[in-house]
Amino acid sequence: MLAESLFVMLGTLSVIGALGMLIARNPVSSALWLILTLFCVAGLYLTLSAEFIAVVQVLVYAGAIMVLFLFVIMLLNLGTMPTMKGVGWKKAVGFVLCVVVLTQLVLIGATGLDLLPATEVVDVANAGSATTIAKSLFTRYALAFEVIGILLLVATIGAVMLAKRRFA
Amino acid sequence: MNPDLTILLIVLLPAAGAVLNGLLPLFWPRLRKHETVIGTVGTGMVAVPFVLTVVLFVQGYGDPHVATFYTWMGAGDFTVSVAYRVDHLSLIMALVVTGVGALIHLYSVGYMHGDRSYWKFFAYLNLFIFMMLNLVLADNLLVMFLGWEGVGLCSYLLIGFWYEDLKNSAAATKAFVVNRIGDFAFLLAMFILVREVGSLDFATIFAGAEAMSQGTISAVVLLLFIGATGKSAQIPLFVWLPDAMAGPTPVSALIHAATMVTSGLYLLARLSSLVLLAPTVMGVIALTGALTALVAATIAMAQTDIKRVLAYSTVSQLGFMFMATGVGAFFVAIFHVVTHAFFKACLFLGSGSVIHGMHEVEHSLRHKGYRGAFDPQDMRTMGGLKRFMPRTGRTYLMATLAISGIPLTAGFFSKDEILFKAFEFGLDGHAFAWIVWAVGLGTALLTAFYMTRSYMLTFEGAPRWPRADEVQPHESPWTITMPLVVLASLSLIGGFIGLPHLAEKIGLTNWIHGYLAGHEGHPGPVAEAATQTHVGMPAEVGLILLGSAIAVVGVWWSWRFFACHGLGGDALIQGRFKGLYRWWKRSYYWDEFYDRTVVRGVIGGAEHGLAPLDVRLVDGAVNAVAKAAQRISDCVRRLQTGVVQAYALAIVLGVIVVIALIVS
Amino acid sequence: MEIALSWYLTLAAVLFAIGVAGVLLRSNLIIILMSVELMLNAVNVTLVAFSQSMGDVSGQILVFFVMSVAAAEAAIGLAIVIAIFRNKLSVDINDFNLFKW
Repeated sequence: MLAESLFVMLGTLSVIGALGMLIARNPVSSALWLILTLFCVAGLYLTLSAEFIAVVQVLVYAGAIMVLFLFVIMLLNLGTMPTMKGVGWKKAVGFVLCVVVLTQLVLIGATGLDLLPATEVVDVANAGSATTIAKSLFTRYALAFEVIGILLLVATIGAVMLAKRRFA
Repeated sequence: MNPDLTILLIVLLPAAGAVLNGLLPLFWPRLRKHETVIGTVGTGMVAVPFVLTVVLFVQGYGDPHVATFYTWMGAGDFTVSVAYRVDHLSLIMALVVTGVGALIHLYSVGYMHGDRSYWKFFAYLNLFIFMMLNLVLADNLLVMFLGWEGVGLCSYLLIGFWYEDLKNSAAATKAFVVNRIGDFAFLLAMFILVREVGSLDFATIFAGAEAMSQGTISAVVLLLFIGATGKSAQIPLFVWLPDAMAGPTPVSALIHAATMVTSGLYLLARLSSLVLLAPTVMGVIALTGALTALVAATIAMAQTDIKRVLAYSTVSQLGFMFMATGVGAFFVAIFHVVTHAFFKACLFLGSGSVIHGMHEVEHSLRHKGYRGAFDPQDMRTMGGLKRFMPRTGRTYLMATLAISGIPLTAGFFSKDEILFKAFEFGLDGHAFAWIVWAVGLGTALLTAFYMTRSYMLTFEGAPRWPRADEVQPHESPWTITMPLVVLASLSLIGGFIGLPHLAEKIGLTNWIHGYLAGHEGHPGPVAEAATQTHVGMPAEVGLILLGSAIAVVGVWWSWRFFACHGLGGDALIQGRFKGLYRWWKRSYYWDEFYDRTVVRGVIGGAEHGLAPLDVRLVDGAVNAVAKAAQRISDCVRRLQTGVVQAYALAIVLGVIVVIALIVS
Repeated sequence: MEIALSWYLTLAAVLFAIGVAGVLLRSNLIIILMSVELMLNAVNVTLVAFSQSMGDVSGQILVFFVMSVAAAEAAIGLAIVIAIFRNKLSVDINDFNLFKW
């Protein structure tokens, strides 16, 4: 019962945050709304007993990425912008498409689960602990881990190059 | 030595020479000056294969030895290999090609001295020898065709060797185009054979010949013969050979007298057992040969350019060889190929030596301020050269006697054998052979006459060039005269490899007949028409005496005539024959005829028929396609708005479709 | 802990659709980038939910990698935004049509 109410609460909040991001005129408030959503998602991870991912979510998304966003917004000194410049046909089509995507995804979520292979749930309690993830990450996925490190290095260099004044 | 390796060396050394002489100086211009090195490499790369061929010959290879090197192409059941076949026929041809080739290379060392493209000349010559060896050693028609086209290419390159002169380029193009007509027929013959037999290997073709219908065989042989008329300069495709004399003289000797032009004969001899199955076509071959021999001999009577006389004489002698082929005496044709290679190469090289000397005369004349026209190849300005160039004169005379058929020279044996075979074939009930025999006799007389005329006008009498008392030519260097001496000796004694039938009475045999056609129960590479009747001994003696008499009379008559009248002899002949002489002089207006009909026809057809078609239909279609593409893209490019969100929209649309496809 | 998998999936679907709407409807480049982040989060939610329901830790490892890629993408994307802003003094996506024919 507690878990359900927790889920409902976090879920509602995250959707509100997302909608807020979508609607807000000021980019700064958009970013703040998104941070709310990200925190709620972290909470949802907790309800799924994925503690490690939840912590990383807070650290990386809410902590690092969103701070980067806010930093850029302030650096560019962007003022308030109109959310919608009239309702063009493109916007209308976009909206319709969103609704179609939503319907499709919900339908799949509600009905398509029979397609999943039946598996036995094992060791639910420790599944999301840092120990379990680390064991897997540094043995089976060691190579992918190294590669992702290199990717981040390359991205860092790329970002520096792109943002340098000479390049502009 | 391993025979396969030997064969490979024989074929590849000239190719190596072509590459060395062609590519190194091309990228390293300083090498071009080193004539000695280039000449030595060029000559050596032909001389060594000659020695190797002699080794094969002495070791007695020739029960057909096939050396397969690799599979050129294979498609289903049809395969073509690069394979070389050494048997008695290809050995004899390879001996001639490399032997005469080596001598002519040596000759070119001196003859081409000082030429700007000395290196290129030797590269082309070596390439030619390589291609010619491919042609004669090939074990299947396609490799042979490779060589066939290759020698055509080299011929083109060498005729147009001094391409700065537009006349030479035109002659080269003419030779190439006319040859292509014949090559086309050769190709068609190969297509038919592939369809009927499924293979181009000689052995398979012979094995499959019996299964073919008479009509097919006739078609194949006729097409092959048309191919041969192109390469071997027979009516109606002989017009390129006289013009081919535009090339340097060694080229005329090697390609347009001794080797390449005989490849048509070789082709027919190689496929002799197939040819024998088409008796009708054999008649065509023999009559074409006879007609060509006569026509070319009459034209040669009236030429004044020393090389053109020899060119028409070559055409005429090739006609003789086709007569032999047509009466089923293939080995005699090859015999004449060999002897002709000796004396005609000698004659050409002799004429080259003369031209070399006359160039010297021209040079001195210009030096002394002479301004008039001077053609170093015109016999009318020569005369009396015997005194200044004794060795050239003597060898030229020996070769002249040989080609005229003076008894016991090389030409006597081979020409007599041809006439004898024609006679025998006629006796066997083939009416056309009588015509061939008669024409052959007449042409032999003409040959003796016009060849002696060319000798007399060039070497005897008094010098006729301007200021002859001050300006005199000198004998050519040893690299030029040495090949002359060797070839002249061969012209005198080379005929003893093919003694007449009569010699069997005193225990001697016709060696070349046994070598090529084999003996009872052991057939050689060249088939032979089976004759029912045998010419009796008295008739044979009579024929030989007749042939000898004709040759002697022709030479003697011409000698007396031109010794008496000198250059005026030509005018006397002209006065005697009047209109006919004009026809001879202008080669029966053959070129004009082709120009009026074929060339103008093609050009006119292209201008009035095909050009509008090309502009309207072909170009129209191409432009329409381009315009349609432009119109369509004009519409479609509007999709590319450049607005990122439009692309995102398209992506989402795609996602929806994909999801729908997966779920449904 | 007994919440049905389909609830999480539905929630993720809603978040994803909002992200799509943000990409398609907003014209501010930065907000579009944020919407992309939101879509990635929605996918992460489904991954964790599946991982939990199937008792396989691989799903969470994948989330870990997705986060790393998202970080890289945000860094590069924002750098590009800065570069573009220097050129055009705008972050409105309708101002750029460099790809236009």
